[in-house]
Amino acid sequence: MYRYDQYDHLIVRERIAQYRDQVQRRLSDELTETEFLPLRLQNGLYMQRHAYMLRVAVPYGLLSSKQMRMFAHIARKYDRGYGHFTTRQNIQYNWLELERTPDILADLASVEMHAIQTSGNCIRNITTDEFAGVAADELIDPRPFCEILRQWSTFHPEFIALPRKFKVAVNGAVEDRAAIAIHDIGLTMVRNEAGEVGFKYMVGGGMGRTPILGSVIREFLPWQHLLTYTEAVMRVYNQYGRRDNKYKARIKILVKALGVEEFTRQVEEEWADLKDGPETLTEEELARVSAYFAPPAYETLTPIDPLAAHADNQAFANWLKRNVKPHKVPGYASVLLSLKKTGVPPGDATAEQMDFVADLADRYSFGELRVTHEQNLVLADVKQSDLFTVWTQAKSRGLATPNIGLLTDIISCPGGDFCSLANAKSIPIAAAIAERFDKLDFQHDIGDIELNISGCINACGHHHVGSIGVLGVDKDGSEWYQVSIGGSQGNNAAIGKIIGPSFSGLQMPEVISRLLHVYVRDRIEGERFVDTAQRLGITPFKEHVYATPIKVSELVGEDDA
Amino acid sequence: MLEANKQIIKGRAVVDDDWSVLRLDEGESADAVTVPEGKVIVPLTVWQAQRGQLAARAAIGVWIASDERPEALKGELDKFALVAVDFPKFTDGRGYSIAFNLRKRLGYTGELRAIGDVLRDQLFAMSRVGFDAYATRPDRSIDDALKGLTVFSETYQGSVDQPLPLFRRKQRDVRLEESDIAFGI
Repeated sequence: MYRYDQYDHLIVRERIAQYRDQVQRRLSDELTETEFLPLRLQNGLYMQRHAYMLRVAVPYGLLSSKQMRMFAHIARKYDRGYGHFTTRQNIQYNWLELERTPDILADLASVEMHAIQTSGNCIRNITTDEFAGVAADELIDPRPFCEILRQWSTFHPEFIALPRKFKVAVNGAVEDRAAIAIHDIGLTMVRNEAGEVGFKYMVGGGMGRTPILGSVIREFLPWQHLLTYTEAVMRVYNQYGRRDNKYKARIKILVKALGVEEFTRQVEEEWADLKDGPETLTEEELARVSAYFAPPAYETLTPIDPLAAHADNQAFANWLKRNVKPHKVPGYASVLLSLKKTGVPPGDATAEQMDFVADLADRYSFGELRVTHEQNLVLADVKQSDLFTVWTQAKSRGLATPNIGLLTDIISCPGGDFCSLANAKSIPIAAAIAERFDKLDFQHDIGDIELNISGCINACGHHHVGSIGVLGVDKDGSEWYQVSIGGSQGNNAAIGKIIGPSFSGLQMPEVISRLLHVYVRDRIEGERFVDTAQRLGITPFKEHVYATPIKVSELVGEDDA
Repeated sequence: MLEANKQIIKGRAVVDDDWSVLRLDEGESADAVTVPEGKVIVPLTVWQAQRGQLAARAAIGVWIASDERPEALKGELDKFALVAVDFPKFTDGRGYSIAFNLRKRLGYTGELRAIGDVLRDQLFAMSRVGFDAYATRPDRSIDDALKGLTVFSETYQGSVDQPLPLFRRKQRDVRLEESDIAFGI
């Protein structure tokens, strides 16, 4: 993985000095809260319901065991012993004191990490495929370009006060696991007919109040031009993106207002001045950065069937089926450690679990880990012959729930328990649903399904692209939940459709149950929930869900906060 | 309304300043407003409406609002003693692109001044995109603001101040343990 050189260290250290000084000026009232707000946000610091929250960048979701141990250390020293992995492959700490945040940054810097641009109206952490570099279906490893973009966008002097936040995702595989269509910029790595590497360049996707899938503005951009072309896109957006209404300020609204053709024309016009300029990438720079992502020292192994020696172990079989993914090197596999154990808020990990997965990474996966945008963790390079041992150990720490991609692998934002933006709680809803459908046989029968929950329209829980999406809304001061179905991320990205009037939190498990009933009743062999929902539309689901009054169940986890 | 800062930052020093910024009050129109004598920085619209008289003055400046285009001054930039860009709020980042375009696309080489909601924590970025003068908000210490220009000693990407990105300028990949750079920060 990428390692800081002297310049990366210098920039991060100078940033800490700058931030420490800003905090000092805030504490002495030299800065008003209004003035401090954009400064702290650019450093990932939010003021939440109970305390300050710090979002730490995990660049494109990749981290070392040493960095994971630092997360554990920070959780113990500055927080309440746990952290929350997010849908942007980052980690958040929820219970911090402002005065101590500069020290956290210093601790992070010691392991080559930071919180730069994890919030605010700037270019955020670049995200990618959690299996980048190891996926069996990968065409080109996107990580060197993610790192190049990370450096280029860090403190870009022109793009630090954009109309709104700006998110970039890069995919280099056949299957899009980076959800590029719902990003401000979504890049797909491709080869042209001559075999040259470049990007299919998509702009203007996003969720929030107006969910829109991105539009392709260039079918093939040679990789050398990645930064100059992106600069052109950013400059058009910075100048013309709306600033009068924060709900209309994302680039998707500009692309929609201008039309894709006119937007593209403006970008190309801007680019004409920049093309082949100094920011054009060189072979040397790409080689320098790519060297950090060279494959680890894989052994030459013969592929095995990991189940062969444990044929009667159904639990292990379930785990292999759901939590283990194919690897491009024979004899290796990628393992997903589930952070979705029923009873635990989705994406939360304790300091002990963090230390433990760091140990697992050191022992079984070349000391590296990844965070997925579904809020799980990955050991990317595990020998097939080690899978049984890894499973046994992960199980002992509650990290082997065999539910990846299943109903209880719920994506959820922190919601109203923590977030000051939220209209409604999301974690207790996730908990109640997980509890109701905890039975694994039932989950395996339902199969692949994405249940995504957001506590407000900002859509941190990606509800628009959930097979079932749940959105917390405020009605006359109480919390209600709007349900949509048929959304999907990836290659066939789609925005879900709302089925009808919203529900109370206590009704939600029953609502999900009724939706699943229609699926089980009407599915055709091999269809996933989303396929059935897209084929039939909302009508049969709606009819069944609203047919009779919905009895309420008890919510769980209410007294946690 | 005429605004004047007694002092501004120019280059990297605090200096006395005798320019005033003319802002149109409500009801005032660009063609009817009287531009006072002396060193005045007028709105772009006033320049466009009163170009004839204003160009004859010994010294005139113009300022561009964040929703205006610098290209509007194409071919006329040599007529001004200085050009200013307004930041109505520090969260409005359009001025950075305006400055960049003035320098890079229009080739403006004279004084480029940031006016409006200009605070210490923006100055470094401003200096990078081509500003060389800063009328910082008068309710804050201008000497403190000066520190904002030197927060970073290295940057990744090119801009007006340094057209070459880091990867074209420096030998990278020296590990920290082999270097004393940033020591003591």
